[in-house]
Amino acid sequence: MHELKTDHDELKTGYAAVLENLFFSYGDREVLQDVNLKISHGEFATIVGPNGGGKTTLLKLLLGLLKPVKGNVKVLGQSPSKSRMKVGYMPQYSHLDVKFPVSVMDVVLMGRLGKNPWGWGRYKGEDRMAAARALEEVNLVQFGDTHFNELSGGQKQRVFIARALCGDPQMLLLDEPTSNIDQESEQSLFMLLKELNKKMTILLVSHDLGFASKVVKSVICVNRKVVIHPTTEMDGTVIKDIYGGDFRMIRHDHRCCELGHEQGDFHG
Amino acid sequence: MVDFVKALMNPDFQFLANALIMGILASISFGIIGTYVVTRRISYLAGAISHAAFGGIGMALYLSRTFDIAWLDPIHGAMVFAVGAAVITGMISIHSREREDTVIGAIWSVGMAMGIVFIDMTPGYFELSSFLFGDILLISSNDIVLITILDVVILGTVMLCYNPLLAVCFDDEYAMLRGINAHGYYIFLLCLTAVTVVLMVRIVGIVMVIALLTLPAAIAGKMTKRMLPMMSLAVFLCMLFDTAGLAVSFVNGISTGPTIILIAGISYLAVMIFYRIRN
Repeated sequence: MHELKTDHDELKTGYAAVLENLFFSYGDREVLQDVNLKISHGEFATIVGPNGGGKTTLLKLLLGLLKPVKGNVKVLGQSPSKSRMKVGYMPQYSHLDVKFPVSVMDVVLMGRLGKNPWGWGRYKGEDRMAAARALEEVNLVQFGDTHFNELSGGQKQRVFIARALCGDPQMLLLDEPTSNIDQESEQSLFMLLKELNKKMTILLVSHDLGFASKVVKSVICVNRKVVIHPTTEMDGTVIKDIYGGDFRMIRHDHRCCELGHEQGDFHG
Repeated sequence: MVDFVKALMNPDFQFLANALIMGILASISFGIIGTYVVTRRISYLAGAISHAAFGGIGMALYLSRTFDIAWLDPIHGAMVFAVGAAVITGMISIHSREREDTVIGAIWSVGMAMGIVFIDMTPGYFELSSFLFGDILLISSNDIVLITILDVVILGTVMLCYNPLLAVCFDDEYAMLRGINAHGYYIFLLCLTAVTVVLMVRIVGIVMVIALLTLPAAIAGKMTKRMLPMMSLAVFLCMLFDTAGLAVSFVNGISTGPTIILIAGISYLAVMIFYRIRN
């Protein structure tokens, strides 16, 4: 298991991420407008919102892959390009070449690059051990020598989580970890993330609000504007605000019976 | 075959031995760089780079004849143009969000056009086809020195930077997040591609060099599943195609470059069909 490496003073006083008066646009199209967001250490939040609403953009701003037009981003008390080495990132894998000649271990080891700036990117014994530990953590230890593209969608996503973990991150950012995977793998993914949340801040982009309300502590709603809600507050009005229209909501935490709903009110 | 071996021993056929050595040495660079070009999917960029080099060939011929610069060889011009095209196409593919292919297509044909116009303006007659389709009679011992240096540079680069290069080719965005200068590596890779392509123009020419860069690596990619074995196999296949092409063309009195490319192309087709049938 990875050891908790969070700075305790920072844990008490600071935030894992702070965005202040942030604006971002692609050319003329404004994607994020006046974002003010504070994410506490140990937070487990999901970023939701309509397509093109700016979810992935928000992640990329936190990673420093995009620069805000206006405003400030601080991650783990530093600028994103400086804090990047302490942040683990799981991208979507759809943009990658399906035939690329790499083994699972090759991919996971990439998470150790930059640990040793004068080593020209050569891996040492400790790097291989960290990669093996990370693979164990995501339950893929027997797949180290397998060709990356022989894995299923859910397994590929777990490999990317392992790659993020083996850099010993203090914060984990995941882009659509629930896409392309079946329900069973989704379940085991939640359990894994819940466990990891004990030692690191987790932010994930998801389309799946049901998942959101079950596992995470907060929901960050992104649709040009950004609002954060504790999951206890999530109800129909909030969701209507985010998606801006009529919709139907399906509750996951109860069963319907002949006498009506077993628990809780139904909004939406 | 016996004729070919006998000819190799014959001092009158020094050019043949030169071509053989050149082919074998160039295969090291070609197999390695070809593997990156195929896996990173930039053969289109490599095509633009090699064709742009023709502009440099024309310019060097023009300058050396018009201003009587004896030391200026077409290969110098080709090198400058190819590296310039590599930097420009690299920058475009990093920074532009759209119309990348249009610009790269333009570099491709404008380079060719410049070459031909320069040659038209140059006094004297030139056999264009030797540049376009290769001519083993043009190979000098100087070329062999150059390709040896390039082999050393490329082998050294791969030994030192194998892991970062792998990460950049697989997922450049992630590589950047791990503090690797992904854009720098990418441009560097394109420049190495440019130099490799130019040195091989002597044998197979500008038009066909791309096939010799990509086909061995593509076949190797079918047979192996990791980068290092893929590179080694691509190097071996490239040596095999070069040598076989040289022998077949010499024995039958046909052009060497096209023969090499045909052998590579037929092998690629055969391997593809074999894997299709097997699955």
